[in-house]
Amino acid sequence: MRRFLWVSALAAAIGTLAHFGLAHAAGALEGAVDRQALNWAAIIMFFLFVLGTLGITYRAAMQTRSAADFYAAGGGITGFQNGLAIAGDYMSAASFLGISGLVFSSGFDGLIYSIGFLVGWPVILFLIAERLRNLGKFTFADVASFRLEPTSIRILSATGTLVVVAFYLIAQMVGAGKLIQLLFGMEYLYAVVIVGVLMIVYVAFGGMKATTWVQIIKACLLLAGATFMAFMVMQRYGFSPEAMFADAVRIHPRHDAIMAPGALVSDPVSAISLGLALMFGTAGLPHILMRFFTVADARAARKSVFYATGFIAYFYILTFIIGFGAITFLMTDDSFYTAGAGGVINRVGGLIGGTNMAAIHLANAVGGSFFLGFISAVAFATILAVVAGLTLAGASAVSHDLYAEVIARGHSNEQKEVRISKLSAVVIGIVAIVLGYVFENQNVAFMVGLAFAVAASCNFPVLLMSVFWKGTTTRGSLIGGFLGLTSAVAMVILSKAVWVQTLGYSQAIFPYDNPALFSMTIAFVGIWLFSKMDSSVQARAEQAAFDAQYVRSETGIGAATAHTH
Amino acid sequence: MTDEPHLRILRNAQFQDLVRRRSRFAWTLAVLMLVIYFGFIALVAFDKPLLAMKIGAGVTSLGIVLGLAVIIAAFLLTGIYVRRANSEFDALTARLNAELQP
Repeated sequence: MRRFLWVSALAAAIGTLAHFGLAHAAGALEGAVDRQALNWAAIIMFFLFVLGTLGITYRAAMQTRSAADFYAAGGGITGFQNGLAIAGDYMSAASFLGISGLVFSSGFDGLIYSIGFLVGWPVILFLIAERLRNLGKFTFADVASFRLEPTSIRILSATGTLVVVAFYLIAQMVGAGKLIQLLFGMEYLYAVVIVGVLMIVYVAFGGMKATTWVQIIKACLLLAGATFMAFMVMQRYGFSPEAMFADAVRIHPRHDAIMAPGALVSDPVSAISLGLALMFGTAGLPHILMRFFTVADARAARKSVFYATGFIAYFYILTFIIGFGAITFLMTDDSFYTAGAGGVINRVGGLIGGTNMAAIHLANAVGGSFFLGFISAVAFATILAVVAGLTLAGASAVSHDLYAEVIARGHSNEQKEVRISKLSAVVIGIVAIVLGYVFENQNVAFMVGLAFAVAASCNFPVLLMSVFWKGTTTRGSLIGGFLGLTSAVAMVILSKAVWVQTLGYSQAIFPYDNPALFSMTIAFVGIWLFSKMDSSVQARAEQAAFDAQYVRSETGIGAATAHTH
Repeated sequence: MTDEPHLRILRNAQFQDLVRRRSRFAWTLAVLMLVIYFGFIALVAFDKPLLAMKIGAGVTSLGIVLGLAVIIAAFLLTGIYVRRANSEFDALTARLNAELQP
């Protein structure tokens, strides 16, 4: 039965791919000749990636039997592999194309984002990674509910997880559709369907094992491609950054302004708020936190963060070079631009496909059409791998947290739980396809920011307080966590990105771009205050249970085996 | 709940030593990272001209150098932590485990 399902899913995926190949060939008749050639390179390489990863999924499906296999790859991932997979989760198409595009358009400002995304990792390592591994089993809710009342804490954690996954997934799906439309000349809807179907296949059949290996392969391909691009850029300047910067300052329409902070971060409150969301949002992203349960012990968890931080830091330095390379290689070449009114070319916004395509065009400039095909295929693969990770996190929240603990009240069995998880992956995939289609022409840029804000204001405070503060009670976590969640969402809706740019009102009610400074404060103060006010018998029992949790979180004694409540 | 063993560990001198050393080290590094990062963000927010300042005869600004330094510092701090944890803290944990297992 399983084999039959797998084969039919594969046939469906290939059918869709073949269809888009034909549609593309028809479209290419009207297009330029060289465009056809480079698109085929991309399609063939992407096809190879899909075949390879489906092969891995098939093998993983054969080996996936228990819940531990499905959620945590049987705990058999090494620290190095997990480091690559974490880095892969993090190096999304949005951060590759978005940050290099930001550097292309405003130089230094792109660096502010890179740094914010990176600096959360050391803090995760110092304070969270090992404790997470020692206390948890499959999801971060295992940790948050270790000594608190499991039903309500899991409802809270699953809600936080699903909200983060939903916003992140919509942003990725819409981005995927647009990108693939542009790179492969394929219909938006087909692109979204292919991404959705493939991620369902990876997650539902291969579980964490397949999702991890898809991520590792993609991380290697992306790092290799980005390294080549940065190398080609630096080579032009004799490996002198100063020479590259000097050329970029000469060419860029904003000249010397690209070497200093610009308009991106307008006021101090927004700057600090954005910084908090980037730094602590990472520590609350469910698909990232899940990765700490795929390794054997705390020592391997620690090593994975070290490797991940190294890869991510290296990657952001590459995107910085790629952004500057795009300035010097592309801005001097009219063929990368569409002219505006009166034949005037806007050297920033006039880039074909927008500034987010800077890295893609640079691939063509430094490596020709074959390399452009490679980078296009890698960008597609990147989206696939990231959405697969998100889908798995969402499916686990539904099956492991909501179903097993809340609905079945702990009376479920492993087989049933894994079945529910696979079913959830299918449902989440279909919902993602539908939402991706519905949101096609909406502004979704704020959604990644919102996902980070919710992760920083709900998941992270609940996790941190339950592990570090003895006084935390269920009631405190519940009220504080939901206050953080709702205030983050409300403030984003009332901010400029949604209230003005999406809903069309003239004046934003919440004046800052990012809510984290306020919503995180609300969450932490809420957890503290309502725990303090909680004098129930249950609260005293929960506080008394802290010592046992503390010993296990610090030593790992009792970890690895399933804990019972 | 029959959680007697954890009380024994909690009173264990080796456990207390391990936890004290490790948390002091981890929190020091975490605070250091926060200071470095929010120091950088504070400069972006409050002193843009300083970041725009040139560091030599060329165009490279202080902001670019500091930004890259923050990236490298983040990686170095994780390296420093992992190095000490892999040797000292893991050895202490292993000794503690050996002592607790009769």
